[in-house]
Amino acid sequence: MHVPTVAELIAQGKSPEILFWVGCAGSFDQRAQRVTKAFAQILDQVEINYAILGKEECCTGDPARRAGNEFLFQLMAYQNIQVLNGYGIKKIVTTCPHCFNTLKNEYPELGGNYEVIHHTTLLQQLINEGRIKLKGGGTFAGKKIVYHDSCYLGRANGIYEAPREILEWLDADLVEMKRCRSNGLCCGAGGAQMFKEEEKGDTRINTERSKEALATGAGIIAAACPFCNTMLSDGVKLAEKEEQVQVLDVAELIASQLTK
Amino acid sequence: MAFLEPLAFIVLFAVAVGLFSKKAAAIRRNILLGQKESINDQPARRFKNMLLLALGQKKMFHNPLVAILHLWVYAGFIIINIEIVEIIIDGLTGAHRIFFPLIPSLYPYLINSFEVLAFLVLVACIIFLVRRNAMPIKRFLSNDLAGWPRTDANFILITEIVLMSLFLLMNASDTLLQQRAVGHYADRLTGNFILSSLLHEGLHSFSDQTLIVMERASWWLHIVGILAFLNYLPYSKHLHIVLAFPNAYYARLAPAGKMENMPSIQQEVLYAMQPELAPADAAAPQRFGARDVNDLSWKNLLDAYSCTECGRCSAACPARQTGKLLSPRKIMMDTRDRLEEVGRQIDDKQPWQEDGKSLLHSYISTEELMACTTCNACVEACPVSINPLDIILQLRRNLVMEESKTPAEWAALFSNVENNFAPWKFSPDDRDSWTRSV
Repeated sequence: MHVPTVAELIAQGKSPEILFWVGCAGSFDQRAQRVTKAFAQILDQVEINYAILGKEECCTGDPARRAGNEFLFQLMAYQNIQVLNGYGIKKIVTTCPHCFNTLKNEYPELGGNYEVIHHTTLLQQLINEGRIKLKGGGTFAGKKIVYHDSCYLGRANGIYEAPREILEWLDADLVEMKRCRSNGLCCGAGGAQMFKEEEKGDTRINTERSKEALATGAGIIAAACPFCNTMLSDGVKLAEKEEQVQVLDVAELIASQLTK
Repeated sequence: MAFLEPLAFIVLFAVAVGLFSKKAAAIRRNILLGQKESINDQPARRFKNMLLLALGQKKMFHNPLVAILHLWVYAGFIIINIEIVEIIIDGLTGAHRIFFPLIPSLYPYLINSFEVLAFLVLVACIIFLVRRNAMPIKRFLSNDLAGWPRTDANFILITEIVLMSLFLLMNASDTLLQQRAVGHYADRLTGNFILSSLLHEGLHSFSDQTLIVMERASWWLHIVGILAFLNYLPYSKHLHIVLAFPNAYYARLAPAGKMENMPSIQQEVLYAMQPELAPADAAAPQRFGARDVNDLSWKNLLDAYSCTECGRCSAACPARQTGKLLSPRKIMMDTRDRLEEVGRQIDDKQPWQEDGKSLLHSYISTEELMACTTCNACVEACPVSINPLDIILQLRRNLVMEESKTPAEWAALFSNVENNFAPWKFSPDDRDSWTRSV
């Protein structure tokens, strides 16, 4: 399968209908790369005219901004907006809620105006349009799956339903933690915490959250954010449950069920 | 001597209203020490927020039982204040139950409903006292409330119980005096009221004179109590009953994930990238983020005065829940305490001089700020639309950009983003290497 870049399409006199913003985690982190590949496979299979920026993509600046370094954020935003506007990008989809939030809410003020959607929203649309079809009865039918809300998708942007509707479409037995939706507990990675040691306390946030997810008895913890995915996977490992419980992105769940 | 009572009342009333106005003006001045920020877009949406969140107390209903008790206290206290209008007019004119002859058939219904509300307030306040002091509820046991804040909360509840009891006792002695056809009480035959009449049983043995003293004493203590409470309000967490309204109106409407832009830095970066755009006299920003209360926006300061220290923010905070030092409630309490301190200095020696203290460090530590995951749980949880996260992020900006105080891992993060365009030390050339194995 070939993943086209925007530069490539432009050189052929074409342009992508939608840009797949991969994000740093999706590009470099080995676990998140699997999510990236799964999502690219879906885009490829439903024949969406998409492309990535490839080497021209930079960090959106989200962790720098939230760590307090506004200069660095502005620098990254400036560079990205130059590239995006240069290519005339209109629509962006991303698998990272942090990139999603920054591109959607913070770039417009700086001159970057795009229609930005999270991959769970796009996947839900594709399902509703009948463009993604289940293989057989689907291997998740009746399986207990718990969904963990990403803060930057949920509270930050009000997206609670799209990922849940996908899980229900997979015919899974969707269960909830007590702290869910707008009361969801953070995985501990937001606000650039991903990149530093936690401050001292009684326990780690991801340990606390993973315990709560494991207590539901679900065999799969579904996430929609590369950082939540890492944090929860670590928590599951710490609880020595990695043999029984998988942490998977919603895109991976769908990709594993594609008809082709 | 009949003029003495109204005269005493007029003096008392004028002093109480005067003192309250003075303190209210000082609070307004303190809030306006904050940075200017224009918040007046989408008035219809803002008005709706005010109705739903402040008047309707929407967010309280996450816990319906507590919400209903709170509604009793709130509605009761506000509605019973209609009775205060009569009490004030009576006080000023020396009349007794001046509304009764005007609306004789409606009057008993009004007072009866006030009595029921007063009783509900009383019951709710007792339950709240028990919840607060005898039940293992983390947000009430928290160290955030050590000392004065805990006393403040209990004092408010006890005051409300006392005021409501006085109201019932006043009605009970009054209606009993009516039955006995004593003096001017016989001129206002309102008849018994629904709840205070139940107190008659215990009052029958008292003489007319004792009942008159009891009625007058209840009347006076009730109104003096209310005027005192009015003046206590601006020094207390109870100010939220007023400020919840403007605070809900001015609450941010942008998606919660959006951080406030810093146009000055945006410009600096633009000039660095495109020097031809830079004006010759481009001045560097004076301050990066917030160090003290006057660097924060006026809305942050209104937030601080609106906080009733309920601790729902801290109960929802992932850092707090896992034993970190950060408590969003403490961020708000610190902001108010520091602002009050600055305000007192302005009162003493105008204009305000630097006192060697600041909100950052003197009140809020680096460790607290570093524990925040920016998850917005505190913002979501607040029933009166306070945003502690906005303050945390402004202080972080100061810490990092002005003091260059940043954990070593974040210094590495910045260096990676700057040089490799990713938070990790990977070569930008490898950004698309995943495409080779799809």
